[in-house]
Amino acid sequence: MVKFEIKNLNIWFGGIHALKNITLQIQANEILTIIGPANSGKTSFLRMLNRLNELQTNFRMQGVVEFNKEDIMKMDKEKLRQQVGMVFALPSPLPLSVFDNIAYGLRLQGIRKMAKLREKVELALKRAYLWDEVKDRLEISAFNLSGGQQQRLCLARTLAVEPEVILFDEPCSGLDPISTAKVEETMLKLKENYTLVLVTNNVKQAARIGDRTAFFLSGELIEIDNTEKIFTAPSDRRTDDYIRGKFG
Amino acid sequence: MSNPKTTQKIAFFFLFLATLLIIVPVGLIIIIIIRKGLPAINWEFLMDIPREGMRQGGIFPAIIGTLYLVLGAIIFALPLGLMSAIYLSEYARDNFLTRIIKLAIVNLAGVPSVVYGLFGLALFVVFFKFGASILSGSLTLGIMILPIIITASREALETVPYHFREVSYSLGASKWQTIRYLILPNALAGILTGTILGLGRAAGETAPILFTVAAFYLPQLPKSIFDQVMALPYHLYVISTQVPNVTEKMRYGTALVLLILVLFMNLVAIIIRYKFRKKKKW
Amino acid sequence: MRRIKEFIIEKLIFLSGLTCVLFVLLIFLFLLKEGIRVFKAVSVLKFLLGKNWYPISEPPQLGVLPLILGSLIVTLGATIISIPLGIACALYIAEVAPLKIKEVLKAGIELLAAIPSVVLGFIGMVTLVPWVKNVFHLPTGLTALSGSIMLAFMAMPTIVSIAEDALYAVPKSYKEAAFALGATHWQTIYRVILPAASSGILAAVMLGIGRVIGETMAVMMITGNSAVIPHSILQPVRTLTATIAAEMGEAVVGSEHYFALFAIGIVLFVISFIINVSADLFLHRRKI
Repeated sequence: MVKFEIKNLNIWFGGIHALKNITLQIQANEILTIIGPANSGKTSFLRMLNRLNELQTNFRMQGVVEFNKEDIMKMDKEKLRQQVGMVFALPSPLPLSVFDNIAYGLRLQGIRKMAKLREKVELALKRAYLWDEVKDRLEISAFNLSGGQQQRLCLARTLAVEPEVILFDEPCSGLDPISTAKVEETMLKLKENYTLVLVTNNVKQAARIGDRTAFFLSGELIEIDNTEKIFTAPSDRRTDDYIRGKFG
Repeated sequence: MSNPKTTQKIAFFFLFLATLLIIVPVGLIIIIIIRKGLPAINWEFLMDIPREGMRQGGIFPAIIGTLYLVLGAIIFALPLGLMSAIYLSEYARDNFLTRIIKLAIVNLAGVPSVVYGLFGLALFVVFFKFGASILSGSLTLGIMILPIIITASREALETVPYHFREVSYSLGASKWQTIRYLILPNALAGILTGTILGLGRAAGETAPILFTVAAFYLPQLPKSIFDQVMALPYHLYVISTQVPNVTEKMRYGTALVLLILVLFMNLVAIIIRYKFRKKKKW
Repeated sequence: MRRIKEFIIEKLIFLSGLTCVLFVLLIFLFLLKEGIRVFKAVSVLKFLLGKNWYPISEPPQLGVLPLILGSLIVTLGATIISIPLGIACALYIAEVAPLKIKEVLKAGIELLAAIPSVVLGFIGMVTLVPWVKNVFHLPTGLTALSGSIMLAFMAMPTIVSIAEDALYAVPKSYKEAAFALGATHWQTIYRVILPAASSGILAAVMLGIGRVIGETMAVMMITGNSAVIPHSILQPVRTLTATIAAEMGEAVVGSEHYFALFAIGIVLFVISFIINVSADLFLHRRKI
């Protein structure tokens, strides 16, 4: 099943042509990893999927992005963002307690009953494999958690809203190897129930967990294929160069 | 004399002297008012109406009048100022209109206080026919402190990191939900600080209330917002320049009460700011 | 439902954003509406340059030159005192004072800003005025000089805090570069930091002057309020602001006197407008 269908997508920030004529599909329950050097447009692509690019006033676009066969630009953007969650590059807890961080999105949806909130918060923390570590200190400030815990908290916060797709924007760039392994392990388990799109600077990470991998360069989609194929027999020389670390 | 080190020593000494020349009088003024005003302060002085043509009795109606005026000003100015700050911080784009608004705020902050008095007289007292009343005075003071509240609130809103907004949107929050549940709670301390500083300013101003509300001598409490009231700063002006033979003790006592009221508000504002800074996590 | 609520709230926020513009316009319009009517009785030129201010004589003489000169002489005196002192104090706080003393000094300046002007006027009456009287052997201490000293003092918080901000905004690298060339701290301040902060300091001075011109209560209480053309700084004078404050209470609504006081208000408004707009330009031109 196709989750996202992107057709001839072009976007600009002011005079900068950030994405050029991108066409691709994202399948349900896959992990699509997006690799490419800095300023290749991969983050702009990701932020297109939940319409965060619009926050910038000089943003313009052409082309179509469909989510579940529906044009996202015609959807209610709050509804879209509930269904397409995001985990940011740096751990980004809100200045609230652990509990309130997770409950934030739930409360936005109008859930007010404490019992219901507790149940959902617990479930979300368990799904992000954080519950055992924080279950006794849900009331402490989220800033008191370690970096890896904070990042899994952000994941739990996203899961609590019960999205269909989760976007990861270099989620491990601020983490040590052990925390990174934990986050990766979590992502692999999530695949059963969610569609994951992962932007990463870490080529090895893409190789480890991606089902398919897309390579972006200077705003263009160079190629997209099964991860194994990309890493063993890419059809474009530039992909090969990038993977071998010749640039970027 | 051509030794740069010596020149520096002399220069720094003069800078220090200039600073002393400003700071020492501030301390002296406070000390004088406290020392000479304290003996006047007692229950009767605070809680009694003025008697014998304001030469005896207390200043209770003036204290109450000032409290009413300040309260009225804040009821008017806080919602308006806060929403205006939200507009500037969260909605306004960098365009001509925004420049005009910012310029208007700067100007409003610089308009002489007596001109506010004239404006209040022309608009509220005469044009709207509110008469000289608490309503007219409060509105006039409210407009006067509007720039203070807007500037402080806007600063507080803008110190909330931009990233928090993105996180909130990414969880499906609308713009207003983000403002309401995330940005406002985190900017609260700064908004409160600005509001209280505005209150202090409103409590101490005389010129804007001269023709809009302040009563020369009115030894009773107001019954509605259309009544005149006495006010502390105007009362101090009256008994120091308009009424002969008021004892020095009464004048200093009135000055002390006004000073304490205003400084107390500033102190509260400083404490809030300080506590918040210590607690701030980002 | 939520959409409608948010739509209404956002419109309200937008309207609130415009209120400051509205108030500035309203202030100007109402001053103009009332003030312009005085020019039926006197010409603009006669109003601004008339040497006699006898608003309740019959017929009233409405020349504000003595008041303008009164404001001018007091402001000039205050400016001469406050500029060097204020900038020196800002320099001391920003560059010389140790951290702990810096906090105390800043608190002191904030304290001064918080004291109501009527309290300062009162203190000026009982301390400064007798002092001026004794030192210069005058019949009265209620003079332009007393007003100048008091106003210089009252302008300090404005000048010091804005000038200090301007000094802080000078990039550290300028200072380090000067030190690296072997300049002393004072040479660095004098040759590098002061020039780099000049437009901010200029704005500080202008806003200080704006504060002085607009100040009402203290000046009314200690300058003697005599509406004659001043010939010396040791004479009583009356300023534009004090005239409004002192006379509006007695002026009959709708009389020429009433309109004339509003016309003075226009003069004050225009002066403060010019000062604030140009100071704002200086503040925002500063892009280091």
